[in-house]
Amino acid sequence: MKRRFSFSMVGLLVGGLLLAAMPVALAQSGSLRLPKTVEAGSAFSIESTGSGEAVLYIVGPGQVLKRKIRLGEATFFAPGDLHNAGHYLAVIVADSSTQNGAFDVTAHEPAALSFLAKPSRVAVDLRDGISGVVYVFDTFQNLVLAPTQVSFQLSGAAGAEQTRTVLSRNGVAWTKMNSAAKEGSGQFAAQVGSVTAERVIQQVPGDPCGLRISARPSGQRLTVQTDPVRDCSGNLVPDGTVVTFTETYNGGESTVDAPLKQGVARADLPAYSGVTISVATGVVLGNEIHWGKQ
Amino acid sequence: MMKNILIACSIFAAVFAFASDESAVRVEPTDSVGPRALEKQTKAAVIRDYLKAWGSFSHAFEQNRPDLLDADFVGVAKEKLQDTLRDQAKLGIQTRNRDAAHDIQLVFYSPEGLSLQLVDTVEYDVRILDHEKVQTTQHVRARYVAVLTPTEVRWKVRIFQAEPE
Repeated sequence: MKRRFSFSMVGLLVGGLLLAAMPVALAQSGSLRLPKTVEAGSAFSIESTGSGEAVLYIVGPGQVLKRKIRLGEATFFAPGDLHNAGHYLAVIVADSSTQNGAFDVTAHEPAALSFLAKPSRVAVDLRDGISGVVYVFDTFQNLVLAPTQVSFQLSGAAGAEQTRTVLSRNGVAWTKMNSAAKEGSGQFAAQVGSVTAERVIQQVPGDPCGLRISARPSGQRLTVQTDPVRDCSGNLVPDGTVVTFTETYNGGESTVDAPLKQGVARADLPAYSGVTISVATGVVLGNEIHWGKQ
Repeated sequence: MMKNILIACSIFAAVFAFASDESAVRVEPTDSVGPRALEKQTKAAVIRDYLKAWGSFSHAFEQNRPDLLDADFVGVAKEKLQDTLRDQAKLGIQTRNRDAAHDIQLVFYSPEGLSLQLVDTVEYDVRILDHEKVQTTQHVRARYVAVLTPTEVRWKVRIFQAEPE
């Protein structure tokens, strides 16, 4: 009997303390009912307890709202009222009490892609030579942070189509692609669902490969010309590319720069006997020709 | 064991390098940030400019001055924050955001070097004032995702968005 009595006393004491503490907890945060997350642009409501008039503040870096409300009633927010993703505080201030809460606004479904493809002009047959980065946004320009499948596709008349599918992380997805073996423009596309962004990549011939010259006499001069100058994939190097012919004779040296025309560069040089003629373009050296006596 | 010590050292070094009187800053060690190597100087510059952006954000929201964002924000982030500031001014609201602690992790550096993304678990106090009367002060812990892009002389915040932890 004595033990039962003491248990009852302890129970009453604990219950009393809880009851005493409850109004404080309610005043701070316990009585505000609000969603934990809201999708950007969606309708939602916040419920409070009590009675009388108060002011509701929704505050975050992305948006701020202020409403006069009646305590004890639900406050409704229409679609589009809160459309910027982020962390928000909800605070209801009445004459004698304040109720607080917090919630997050998350991005809506993907509606736009920020697609950066680099470079816009690239040499052919370059492994991982093209990069693509996509940031995924919703219709309100919020970054879609939920993992999203992003499909990258590089196609064009110049080569086989390449496709990669990447799962975005923190709203971003990236990939690298090889440039095609043949010159020409390529279409580089990124796609999320029905949302597509496209960039054009110009794939141009690479450095010349196997630069060769030949010479033939033309009166007192030598006409020196290259074979058609191609890169290592067989593409003609663009016209206008400068080819340098160097003539070395009797300790002296003279050079002639000639642009490629239809893939061939040509120069007329004095036909000294014992002359050495070499050729170069960019960092690529070609063969040498020794003319006349050795 | 050695690796753990190195990681701890880099964290402490980062804390000392960036800590200010007002907030404690911890920078997670960065093993990989995607397709592009991140140089020490770049990392230091990005963290410095990001923290400076928090300072601008705080001052702009306290004084309702959109122009204070110009030096550190650009693009969508700047537009959204400026819209909020205009709304605050219209409603007679001011917010004081005092950042107490940052836990920053650099997560992505784009291959062409034109964007760098970080995630920051930040703790800060928000004081809401309505016509200069303090309504409440709340302690907030939130995970921010920020994307910074290089401009003429500094990195600027282009995306600034909190997400659920």
